[in-house]
Amino acid sequence: MKLATTCIKWAAIVLASAPMTLGCSKKSAPSGGEDQASPKGKQTIQNIGSDTMVNVAQAWAEEYAKIEKDVSVEVSGGGSGVGIAALINGTAQIANASRNIEPEEIEKVKKQIGKEPKEFTVGFDGLAVYVHKDNPLEQLSLEELGEIYREGGATNKWSALGVKIPGAEKDEIVRVSRQNNSGTYQYFREAVVGKKKDFKAGSLDMNGSKDVVELVAKTPGAIGYSGLGYATPAVKILKVSKAKGGAPILPSIPTVHDKSYPLARPLFMYTPGEPTPAAGKYLAWVMSPAGQEILKKSGYIPLLH
Amino acid sequence: MLERIDNPPLSAAAGPRHAVPIALPQGPSKSRHRVSRPTWEVVGELALEWLIRLCGVSAVLFVFGIFFFVFREGAPLLFSERFSLTKFLFSHDWYPTSHSNVRYGVFVLVIGTVSVTGLAILIAVPFALGAAIFVSEFCGKRLKETLKIVIELLAAIPSVVWGFIGITVMNPLIQNVFHVPVGLNVLNSALLLALMCIPIMASISEDAIKAVPDTYREAALALGATRWQIVYRVLLPAAKNGLLAAVLLGVGRAIGETMAVLMASGHAVKIPHSVFDPVRTLTATIAAELGETSAGSDHYRVLFIIGILLFCITFTINLTADLVVKGVRKA
Repeated sequence: MKLATTCIKWAAIVLASAPMTLGCSKKSAPSGGEDQASPKGKQTIQNIGSDTMVNVAQAWAEEYAKIEKDVSVEVSGGGSGVGIAALINGTAQIANASRNIEPEEIEKVKKQIGKEPKEFTVGFDGLAVYVHKDNPLEQLSLEELGEIYREGGATNKWSALGVKIPGAEKDEIVRVSRQNNSGTYQYFREAVVGKKKDFKAGSLDMNGSKDVVELVAKTPGAIGYSGLGYATPAVKILKVSKAKGGAPILPSIPTVHDKSYPLARPLFMYTPGEPTPAAGKYLAWVMSPAGQEILKKSGYIPLLH
Repeated sequence: MLERIDNPPLSAAAGPRHAVPIALPQGPSKSRHRVSRPTWEVVGELALEWLIRLCGVSAVLFVFGIFFFVFREGAPLLFSERFSLTKFLFSHDWYPTSHSNVRYGVFVLVIGTVSVTGLAILIAVPFALGAAIFVSEFCGKRLKETLKIVIELLAAIPSVVWGFIGITVMNPLIQNVFHVPVGLNVLNSALLLALMCIPIMASISEDAIKAVPDTYREAALALGATRWQIVYRVLLPAAKNGLLAAVLLGVGRAIGETMAVLMASGHAVKIPHSVFDPVRTLTATIAAELGETSAGSDHYRVLFIIGILLFCITFTINLTADLVVKGVRKA
């Protein structure tokens, strides 16, 4: 009995102190946006965000280190949401995102830093639809793809698409998707499933762009979506048409540029307010032909020049 | 916790070891001794004593600190009107980022955790028990030492390595052997989890069997029992509380495991109809989604509420295991 009352007392103390500690932790967030100068005078730019972009961001940083000896760009992934969160709490000078920043996030940046985030389009990503290399399917329309992935969608068997997978006994379509807060997932939902709709439950939700392609490569009955840059010889890229009966288009640089391929999205970099001189110089280099060449080599679609 | 189970059971060997420091002779010249001790020694001893006391207390502080933190992050939503506990526990829909209809139902995830853990324990118990019986009763001294080291080595393999094995080795193996579309499923992750909890279950079971007094064995032998009869008529009933505790600790380990199941379970929100269906567990959901939620959002808080749920589950299991072991002491 005595023990019980003591426990309750402690619980009350703990609960009462909760909002206090919460309040403190908010205030102590560092104010960001400044370039961090290390003792040697070498500047560091923190570049955090999208997993889709992490490969190319790394390639940019490595190449830039050769040109600008005084600036080091430190890249880390984690996802578009992580990048923007880092922008909000001031730990990143540049955030990478494979989706637009959301209005609430803009509000948060304004509230924390007092400046509006600035958006730079640094390239495009073609989102490819992958199947196993032995799958005889060649093309799908956006609507057919939606029926496969959408909650309540009718297509669950390969035979419904008139396809027989060689070597597989089961007819079931194994849907490979991404975890529900990745930028790729959100783009695919908007473009294919429907903005106000949801994914069909039971898809295998992978934690990275590369994992999707690897799983599809090993699973004869699978279909998945991931960045064009992650294609390997073990998977087949499907042609996608905007409507049933429309011209099926394979994702490539020209088809993304002329917008005939329907699943392409811009890649963004965000800075808190106007970029600092070092970050601004880096962004200009990223968008220059030299930077875009690296983007192209990493499997993405460069900007039109 | 391991410590406690190590020495509970009444083994006579522990007796004299404990008795030694207590029985130090204290001469009549007590006061003279005190004076002759240098000050730094006295202070040092006092400091050391406090340091050790602090270490002991810190474990308690950390546990409460962690629970407090997890609870603090989850509480704002847990007690708000938007949140319905019944929906959270029994709804089948997990759509935390939906634009039209956000639904936080963890029922399917709980089923995922239960199915993977249950199958893992079913697989692990015979192996762990067999290993424990063999090591404690049937094998020679040198083999025993070697086996114990090897079993403990199994526990030292990082879980991400297990997950890697699940993806690269087990996935194609299961696909080819059972002719199923996906190799990342309940069976795959349960096998990995079984291998991961065998070491802890085997070593605790072995302690429990070893703790049965030798007089039991001698009495059974005197009655003409064979070795096998001794094991399953005498030792297993006598050690049953310790064995139950071993299984429960294995369950606790399996429920809390994250990385291996994240990689090998297929990570699909779906109630499994066979062991070849992919599932998603509570732990894997937290690991996969927490990284990209914005701090303070409802989704973020729901993940912490899942953390509270997990904490409650493992706390109950460990407490049960503890109580069961206490039962051993009384007997």
